[in-house]
Amino acid sequence: MALLQISEPGKSAVPHQHRLAVGIDLGTTNSLVATVRSGMSVVLHDEEGHALLPSVVHYLPSGVEVGYTAQAQQSHDPQNTIVSVKRFMGRGVHDIADIGHYPYRFVDAPGMLQLSTVAGIKNPVEISAEILKSLKARAEKSLGGELAGAVITVPAYFDDAQRQATKDAAKLAGLNVLRLLNEPTAAAVAYGLDNASEGVFVIYDLGGGTFDISILRLSKGVFEVLATNGDSALGGDDFDRRIFCWMLEKSQVSPIGPEDTRLLLTKAREAKEQLTDHAETRITCMLSNNELIDITLDSATFNELTQHLVSKTLAPTRKALRDAGIGIEDVQGVVMVGGSTRMPQIQHAVAEYFKQEPLTNLDPDKVVALGAAIQANVLAGNKNDNELLLLDVIPLSLGLETMGGLTEKVISRNSTIPVARAQEFTTFKDGQTAMSIHVVQGERELVSDCRSLARFELRGIPPMAAGAARIRVAFQVDADGLLSVSAREQTSGAEAHIVVKPSYGLSDDAITSMLQSSFSHAEEDKQARALREAQVEAERLLEAIGAALHQDGALLDDSERNALEAKMTELRTAMTGSDVRAITSSMEALNHASETFAGRRMDASIKQALTGHKLDEIKV
Amino acid sequence: MLDIHQNHFELFDLPTSFAIDRTLLDQSYRKVQSEVHPDRFAAASSAERLRSMQWATHANEAYQTLKSPVSRARYLLQLQGIDTQEETNTAMPADFLMQQMEWREAIDEARSALDISALEKLLLEMNREAASQESELHVAIDEQRDYPRAAGIVRKLRFLDKVRDEIQQAILALED
Repeated sequence: MALLQISEPGKSAVPHQHRLAVGIDLGTTNSLVATVRSGMSVVLHDEEGHALLPSVVHYLPSGVEVGYTAQAQQSHDPQNTIVSVKRFMGRGVHDIADIGHYPYRFVDAPGMLQLSTVAGIKNPVEISAEILKSLKARAEKSLGGELAGAVITVPAYFDDAQRQATKDAAKLAGLNVLRLLNEPTAAAVAYGLDNASEGVFVIYDLGGGTFDISILRLSKGVFEVLATNGDSALGGDDFDRRIFCWMLEKSQVSPIGPEDTRLLLTKAREAKEQLTDHAETRITCMLSNNELIDITLDSATFNELTQHLVSKTLAPTRKALRDAGIGIEDVQGVVMVGGSTRMPQIQHAVAEYFKQEPLTNLDPDKVVALGAAIQANVLAGNKNDNELLLLDVIPLSLGLETMGGLTEKVISRNSTIPVARAQEFTTFKDGQTAMSIHVVQGERELVSDCRSLARFELRGIPPMAAGAARIRVAFQVDADGLLSVSAREQTSGAEAHIVVKPSYGLSDDAITSMLQSSFSHAEEDKQARALREAQVEAERLLEAIGAALHQDGALLDDSERNALEAKMTELRTAMTGSDVRAITSSMEALNHASETFAGRRMDASIKQALTGHKLDEIKV
Repeated sequence: MLDIHQNHFELFDLPTSFAIDRTLLDQSYRKVQSEVHPDRFAAASSAERLRSMQWATHANEAYQTLKSPVSRARYLLQLQGIDTQEETNTAMPADFLMQQMEWREAIDEARSALDISALEKLLLEMNREAASQESELHVAIDEQRDYPRAAGIVRKLRFLDKVRDEIQQAILALED
């Protein structure tokens, strides 16, 4: 148990104010925002009392609508009303299997597709940012202040491009992303903390557009993801589509336009929802050519239509269990997440497979946002006791292309993050001075079957005989599940070094220009903003180091402490001026000066944790 | 960069031996991660955040190395300055090679008969064989300190791992 800190009279502990932090579930169909209030995780409602925000964005010639108002326009203006944009995040036109079914005007672009709307060409990052902006406004209004940070959830099975796109959308919406969190893990947090459970749990998450299965071990507040699997293009939308196709076939209507497609898809969704607690449902609607559709769908037919979709979720489930080395008899409970798990055939299939009734006592639509809020609260530093720790994994293997278009895995799937691994390669030809490095993600042996993440060239290899150069390629995956790669040639002291961040086609410049065009600030506003941001960051740094000194100052001798404090004073002085560069360079200097201290604190805290000795008993 | 003098066993406050208390390893790993994980430093200075990521990465690496018997043995031998020569030394005892061939034939047969349950039975047999080789490792390393022999067992286990992979791939292919 963590000890309470009591400060000396007259010497206050480091001032700590409650930081406003939220968890956001950016869903395919609906999005939510939640926060921790008086120790309880709660979903924040809009002014009309809605918890859910439909993930729908409607573009007008001037302006944009989000949520219910946008959803109301779906049938009237389908081409400019974007639903399920999450399916397009980090994806190109060729990645979308059923692209012909969508009523949108797609524009192919390198890396990520774009959509042509009445408000101009929009990419999925910009469209998602509109949803996030709306949730941010809701939260700030409801909490009465500016948000310090947010945790955004992503399907566990999202690859690097999809994660990067989500992070960029948050940045574009003006959110400070504390962490990208896997949806099933977030659900487990909400569920596990509520029930104080221990043991192995399976999270079965079937959302509007994605399916995820995660196996977690819960033990004393540590949530360890053992394996994850899924299908990033399978969800409730596919069930709607099955009903839609059945309706077309059954009613023999002539080919229909985008408005009618949208209308019928909406009817299909309503029918699916009706069948959750009714044996049959009547579907009636009038098409634009005055053709009338009036048919009845019963649950037996619905089950038959969607049988293959249900079984499609069981294959990843089997794989995840095998990867985790867990048998069905070891599973303590199966948690259902996502609105689509309300369908009775899903609940039956899961109960039959796991030989136990699934757990449904938390609202499957809200559980992810509630868990994300708890994690956001911890990351924002509002909760100091060490009772919650998430150990997550990467969903897909990361590797490099080698001779013959084959994949060499560097980090295998289900490795706990953060993780780093390096591999050595050599040159193929005599005198070769450059090497092309191609980073891929996926489980297949052929590079062409995997997702390409990045390509870069390492130049300046000193010419030598084939096989003599030693090129070390290092992969690092951070706690958000995002990858950076570096390559280095290391013979004869010669070194070349490059770092790439994989991207899905949007360069940093493109992001910056999107950011700039989204703010209509004048030049001086931008400068004022940059100054304010630097000051806030400097304050944060001073507060962090101040807190560390207060706690563990004994780890430094007098001269070390004086040196560090001198840098702190320098930064304080720089902060009072208006020179952004002076502030950032003072911050860098302070960061550099605090490295030794940071290292000692870390060593000491590990020793303390393992041996139970107090900090001042440990020699450093 | 990270400056770590401890070996992986010392990091988790465990004796440096092949026999390992798995519960204790799991507990120590979680304790270390509770201290160093980036989630603990989300509001810290960037020097601390970097340090935290390096330590958490290192703790994950150390845990994975100790968790699996083969990599734990390989690591212990490395600490003794012994190279397990898994890529270069492919000489195997004749009886082991015979056994290998029989297994591979059985896999091929089950694969062409599309027989998943036969493959799963083979997988269980492999697991039993691996477990018995692992207890041999304990004797060779902890009791006899016969490191060259231990290196030979690591090479055998590496072989078994490859066969197990093959079976798992075959099961996956049949399931899809």
